[in-house]
Amino acid sequence: MQTLNQALFIFFAVLAVASAILMVTRRNIVHGAVFLITTLLSTAGIFLLLQAEFLFIVQVILYVGGIMVLFVFVIMLVNLDVSMRQVQFNRQWFVAGALALVLAGQFLFAIWVGRGALRLPAMASEISPKNTEAVADALFSHYMLPFEIASILLLVAMIGAVVMAKRRAG
Amino acid sequence: MGHLIPPSIMPFVLPVLYAVVIVAVLPLLAGYIVLMERKVMADMQARLGPMRVGPHGLLQPIADAVKLLLKEDIIPDKADRLMFWFAPLVSVTMALLAYSALAIGPAFQIADLNIGLLFILAISSLGIYGIVLGGWASNSHYSLLGALRSAAQLVSYETAAGLGLISVLLLAGSLSMKDIVQAQLDQGVWFGFSVPFGFFIYLVGSIAETNRAPFDLPEAESELVAGYMTEYSGFRWSLYFLAEYANMIIVAGIATTLFLGGWLRPGARYHEHIPGTGIEWLDALPALLTLGVALYSLKLAPTQPVKIQKIVMVLVAVLCLGVACVLAGALFAPPAVMQGIHGAFWFMAKVFAYIYAFLWIRFTFPRYRFDQLMRLGWRFLIPLALVNVIGVGVAIVLRQQFAWGPIVSLIPTTLATLGVAMLLAKDDAPVAEAQTAAGE
Repeated sequence: MQTLNQALFIFFAVLAVASAILMVTRRNIVHGAVFLITTLLSTAGIFLLLQAEFLFIVQVILYVGGIMVLFVFVIMLVNLDVSMRQVQFNRQWFVAGALALVLAGQFLFAIWVGRGALRLPAMASEISPKNTEAVADALFSHYMLPFEIASILLLVAMIGAVVMAKRRAG
Repeated sequence: MGHLIPPSIMPFVLPVLYAVVIVAVLPLLAGYIVLMERKVMADMQARLGPMRVGPHGLLQPIADAVKLLLKEDIIPDKADRLMFWFAPLVSVTMALLAYSALAIGPAFQIADLNIGLLFILAISSLGIYGIVLGGWASNSHYSLLGALRSAAQLVSYETAAGLGLISVLLLAGSLSMKDIVQAQLDQGVWFGFSVPFGFFIYLVGSIAETNRAPFDLPEAESELVAGYMTEYSGFRWSLYFLAEYANMIIVAGIATTLFLGGWLRPGARYHEHIPGTGIEWLDALPALLTLGVALYSLKLAPTQPVKIQKIVMVLVAVLCLGVACVLAGALFAPPAVMQGIHGAFWFMAKVFAYIYAFLWIRFTFPRYRFDQLMRLGWRFLIPLALVNVIGVGVAIVLRQQFAWGPIVSLIPTTLATLGVAMLLAKDDAPVAEAQTAAGE
């Protein structure tokens, strides 16, 4: 069972990283979107390996089934022939690359420093039947305030979008 | 047989068997739903429908399948070949995958997930990528427009249908398909009767999600040839077709489980026995119904014009007789076996009743215009669903605080939602007329 979990983890991890790289390097943005979907799905698979089935399903429903459908919808309205001929990376790519390197260095340093003390909590041995309830319990009691702040933020964004659309229309 | 299989893989044997059965049976089932659709349509239009292939067209689905497989497979010159190949597979895989959490009777379920309903919703909503990517990859304006319409429609109606389902989840307090059915048994009422508006909203939403008429704008033939399927032919086209019908069965299965009591028989809490036996009256019903069908087809057999058709009709009668024998025999089997078999019967019966309602609606309503479709979704169904969910929350409080019954506590909710529905319809009417007049 342990080796199966390992194999599945490696499969999902490689798939996630590979499709993330392919997503930014593809010229065709629809292909890019498909690779982003693959990345999101493999991340969902890793959630499932960690026995976090509610997170898994939320990842699939919200990101893959909701947000990415809208992404693809918008992408299809873009003129592909034009976008294929545009420059794919702008001139500041080396700044971004340097920043990414610094970030990677920081991560490696942190892991190196904490290599003895860094202990992740043990993985749940099996899916708890109360997984969904546990998430709801944490969200609505312990993390009530951040949860409400996030929902108000979303509400503000939504109202803002409606106001902007209304102004343009009328 | 038990000692032949190592214990470590024993828990996987039955689910794999179920999965194989479902994948094998589903294409056949889809074919016969098409036949049912054509027959129902013919009946409603006072025609006969397919009559030539087999008695009353009973072998038509097989002939259609052979025709589709032999058709030339065309890929347009400037299509995105990989995506064109990949898209129908996405549609059909996701449609089949969703069956793994569907409970066809208390015994017949591949996996009883405790997020069962969410899993089915998530997986079946991924099928949209098949439509969107297929429409895009065809490199045709009709296909692209169909795909765009499909995406917009799905995103809009998924919200409404999901809110319709939430009213049931509040009452059942679980996402597991088995627990939802159990909750209906415990409360003594199918949720379709206690939250009729949740059911109505889901019914409309599910028609839109499966792209069926009157919401079949993604493939509206008078405007878009065949929508996203325009450039597809042969086997790939039939994959889309299979996915569409598989999705119909999925949404019917969700509605059956959540609103129509799943595998519970009507009167599940009525336990009057036939005198002198341990058999309940109502449990005899399935066997009698199939026996009736068997006798009817036997009666029809001599009236068939051709000899081969007579033989096929008798075979149908024998098949129904066999099913009747199994259903009757199950009455004397251990309770678990009996409930597994009869549960599957009732579940399938309800699924087909729901699909019949789909067909009925299809042949009764004219197709909506796209702006009408959007208005119905966003300005009518979603506000109504929100009111309904709040009302169900209030009903649960009433039940807990004042110990009202499961049906009585929901009556105020239903009345309030009805009032809001009438207000919304009244409020919307002048806008609709103005927009139509402006030629929008």
